[in-house]
Amino acid sequence: MARIDLDHIRHSYLPNPQKETDFALKEVHHTFQDGGAYALLGPSGCGKTTLLNIISGLLHPSHGKLLFNGHDVTNLSTQERNIAQVFQFPVIYDTMTVYDNLAFPLRNRGVPEADVDRKVRETLDMIDLADWAKRKARGLTADQKQKISLGRGLVRSDVNAILFDEPLTVIDPHMKWVLRSQLKQLHRRFGYTMVYVTHDQTEALTFADQVVVMYDGGIVQIGTPAELFERPKHTFVGYFIGSPGMNVLPVEVEGKTARFGSLAIVLPGAPEKTEGSMELGIRPEYVRLGRVGIGVSISKVEDVGRHKVVRAKMEGREIAAIVGEDEEIPAEPKLRFEPAGINVYADSWRVEMRA
Amino acid sequence: MEKTWNNKAWFLVLPVLVLVAFSAVIPLMTVVNYSVQDTFGNNQFFWAGTEWFEELLGSSRFWQAMGRNLVFSAIILAIEVPLGILIALNMPKKGWGVPVCLVLMALPLLVPWNVVGTIWQVFGRSDIGLFGYYLNKLGFNYNYVQDPIDAWFTVIIMDVWHWTSLVVLLCYAGLVSIPDAFYQAAKIDGASRWAVFRYIQLPKMQRVLLIAVLLRFMDSFMIYTEPFVVTGGGPGNSTTFLSIDLVKMALGQFDLGPAAAMSLVYFLIILLLSWVFYTVMTNYDAER
Ligand SMILES: Nc1ncnc2c1ncn2[C@@H]1O[C@H](COP(=O)(O)OP(=O)(O)OP(=O)(O)O)[C@@H](O)[C@H]1O
Ligand SMILES: [Mg+2]
Repeated sequence: MARIDLDHIRHSYLPNPQKETDFALKEVHHTFQDGGAYALLGPSGCGKTTLLNIISGLLHPSHGKLLFNGHDVTNLSTQERNIAQVFQFPVIYDTMTVYDNLAFPLRNRGVPEADVDRKVRETLDMIDLADWAKRKARGLTADQKQKISLGRGLVRSDVNAILFDEPLTVIDPHMKWVLRSQLKQLHRRFGYTMVYVTHDQTEALTFADQVVVMYDGGIVQIGTPAELFERPKHTFVGYFIGSPGMNVLPVEVEGKTARFGSLAIVLPGAPEKTEGSMELGIRPEYVRLGRVGIGVSISKVEDVGRHKVVRAKMEGREIAAIVGEDEEIPAEPKLRFEPAGINVYADSWRVEMRA
Repeated sequence: MEKTWNNKAWFLVLPVLVLVAFSAVIPLMTVVNYSVQDTFGNNQFFWAGTEWFEELLGSSRFWQAMGRNLVFSAIILAIEVPLGILIALNMPKKGWGVPVCLVLMALPLLVPWNVVGTIWQVFGRSDIGLFGYYLNKLGFNYNYVQDPIDAWFTVIIMDVWHWTSLVVLLCYAGLVSIPDAFYQAAKIDGASRWAVFRYIQLPKMQRVLLIAVLLRFMDSFMIYTEPFVVTGGGPGNSTTFLSIDLVKMALGQFDLGPAAAMSLVYFLIILLLSWVFYTVMTNYDAER
């Protein structure tokens, strides 16, 4: 178990990167605390796998240093770093039995056979494949294979960190839930440093203490699920987290007022920065539908179970609001923004407001 | 709709039947015919029964030739398969080296058999051949015309030169189909180079290797042209393989009966091998 420091890490797959866009990883400067459970969340191609591979040593970063507990490991091999990593698609040794697959990483490190047996049996129980131990891994289904991949990551107890690269993509929803809670339990029990890559925000928010949101080769925000929800640092985080994502309106700011078309919206404070392209962000959860406020026309109501999502048009622009399951939608609906939910952005980055 | 029942459709298959009959069945039957008769020329034939077969199977000449074939196949397999794997493992997986290597590997395969024979016949000569001359210069007493061991050495080197590429190309095809993730997982799992070969690369190559081994075995078992061109089966009978012996008997001595009997036996052996090939392959597929 270790604290992992990424010290100004940049990476390009090109031999001679010139432009900023040549870098798959722009600049990552961040610490994963010892024993933390982190989710790495971001759209496809934003560099999540690249970052994991740099931590595990499968890739050598073009720039920057990597430290484990303060020791520079940038030039150490994968094996010397002692990291477990589970890949997105199942990798199994199909001429071996299920048991031998799990024993493989231990035997390679010369663990005594008695310990191997104990650890493998424990892991087999955890991934629910104890009955399959003696079977050749070849004929198994995709999700069984993925469980084996997962098991090979979990079987080693002395690792510095466990990295998961979207490990549950091919697993069916129920088993996904079971495995995810087992991972959490494991985390509590052994206090591994865990980094868990995912596309799926629910997965990220339920698994992690800290969510790291990546966008276009960089980290845009790190925070608890609540922070990401309430105070998205970048409009991307606003869109990406939450369902539906944050409403973002282009505005002009004057003091404590934001002008959107002919409307004037009162801000909770005066933004510290007003140059650049200004936007106002408000989550649908903070948009109130009632009889007072800005008049809108409703284009669609989606009932998603616990609540309803109302899509409305305001000054010709689509805006989403969340309304309680049994709340009524008035005949002449009006919108109001809850001040606590208002964030202001300059060139996509959040700016503080003075009261 | 009422079906019309008649046998007219048979006429449609007739051309193929005739073709097969003339190209395969009739020659084969001629051979069968010869194999049970004796002749003293003049187109006079006498019934000989199974005499030729008994003579053949009882002759040490046949068994020696057969033994040479088996030893030859075993040796070239023992060299070509490991060597082929080794080369394939060391070929580049991407970049400009790939087409270069592939073309280099394909070259020997494109040379016709008798040309391969001629190349080595000249190459190995101790008076003017580059290979033979310098071997002698270096102090090896090498002469494939007189020394049976040198003759074998030449025939084997020639086959290895000609056919290892086939094994290489087949193995390479197996290797490039392995996704990167397997190598990455192996690194994470701390696998040694040997373990990567044993548990990732070899299993992926297994199928193509099987094809390579069977192809090379059958092919080397039927070898004729190259040793015929280089050594003519000599010195003595030391490189006289079954096929060379057969031609000697049929065309050299014009012993049609024994040669026909031998052809049939040879044919049956190849048929048996093909059957083994087929069975092994289909069983292997069924097991997957
Ligand atoms: N081996 C490679 N060679 C060249 N470019 C690569 C390579 N691997 C990834 N890239 C590029 O680097 C960028 C980041 O890729 P990466 O695989 O890290 O994304 P990701 O966030 O893991 O995406 P996904 O969610 O699809 O797995 C992408 O633009 C991708 O095209
Ligand atoms: Mg990825």
